[in-house]
Amino acid sequence: MSFNPNIQAYCCHYTSQQSCSENGGGLLEDGFPANITINRLPCSGKLQVSTLLQAFEDGADGVYVVGCPKDSCHNVMGSQRAAKKVLAVKSALNELNVEPDRIEMFHLERGLHPEFIKAAIQMDAQIKKLGPSPFNGGGK
Amino acid sequence: MIVAKRKPVAEIVEMVKEFKRVLVLGCRGCVSVCSAGGEREVEILASLLRLGCKKEGKEINTICATLVRQCDKEYIDAMDEWDGQYDAIVSMACGVGVNFVANLRPFAKVYPGVNTTFMGGSVDQGVWSEQCAGCGNCVLHHTGGLCPVARCAKSLMNGPCGGSVGGRCEIHADVPCIWQAIHDKLTQLDRQKELLTIAPIRDWRSAGHGGPRTSVRDDLTL
Ligand code: SF4
Ligand code: SF4
Repeated sequence: MSFNPNIQAYCCHYTSQQSCSENGGGLLEDGFPANITINRLPCSGKLQVSTLLQAFEDGADGVYVVGCPKDSCHNVMGSQRAAKKVLAVKSALNELNVEPDRIEMFHLERGLHPEFIKAAIQMDAQIKKLGPSPFNGGGK
Repeated sequence: MIVAKRKPVAEIVEMVKEFKRVLVLGCRGCVSVCSAGGEREVEILASLLRLGCKKEGKEINTICATLVRQCDKEYIDAMDEWDGQYDAIVSMACGVGVNFVANLRPFAKVYPGVNTTFMGGSVDQGVWSEQCAGCGNCVLHHTGGLCPVARCAKSLMNGPCGGSVGGRCEIHADVPCIWQAIHDKLTQLDRQKELLTIAPIRDWRSAGHGGPRTSVRDDLTL
């Protein structure tokens, strides 16, 4: 049975600006997996640990965050803060005996369409390999 | 302030998994400042508890609330608001808060959400270190304001043990030898002679070795 994971992406407005400008339409044509939902944020630094956890509660099999490159965040430290929050969720998943690879952080240049799609495809493959989330009754 | 750290989630899930409704109760005092049990951490723990239980095929509902302090009776009174809405409480306050809730709510099942560790200060963003052990008979006037009780691994009262190397403690090489620091500080203040005065054998009863301590201020009692 093929598994079509529910993946939630949290993307900084600046990083994903170009990619999202056509409302995601162009993205799909270029191979962006349709099972990934993009949640746009004014800055990835705005993310809270509880928001990322809530995504898992709401049924996500995988979650990832896309923010600016570490040294050139539009809002200075935003993407570094986001990366820390992702690490906090990774360690919380670990504590719950759930694969930490269900959440990732990507630092991408602004507006780079192919890189944005590459990250999505990588995440999709990663979560497909892990299988359904144990929180959704998918425990191995 | 009192420094604490969240317990491993699995440990807390184990405590509460038999309950259906859990009140996750934070404190806006010390544990909020050390980012262990304030409003934000309450939200995170509640989510982790729901996820942890879900993973075990159980469903729990959580109420998230945060009191001004859990070490004051008047603030505990505010808990009336949630009466009848929970089966158990996970208190994210320090151990004082957990005790206070248990004292004042005899029928409530209250569980600790954090490990209470020490009295310390924030030395860097996100880093806290122990500074005082609450020994009840402060000697900082002899030691240049640096505490040998809390900050010397052996709580020595008369100078360094002889094991320190390069100004570092022999027990924890990443910690400065506090006696070296006391020596340096008194020298800087030109008070090094005071180090020749031998501190008498200590009476540790004030440090809690005689059971729980109380403090009464007659001018404040009603
Ligand atoms: S309950 Fe504990 S953490 Fe909260 S204010 Fe009182 S001493 Fe500080
Ligand atoms: S001497 Fe006692 S009261 Fe003074 S700082 Fe050290 S532990 Fe605290």
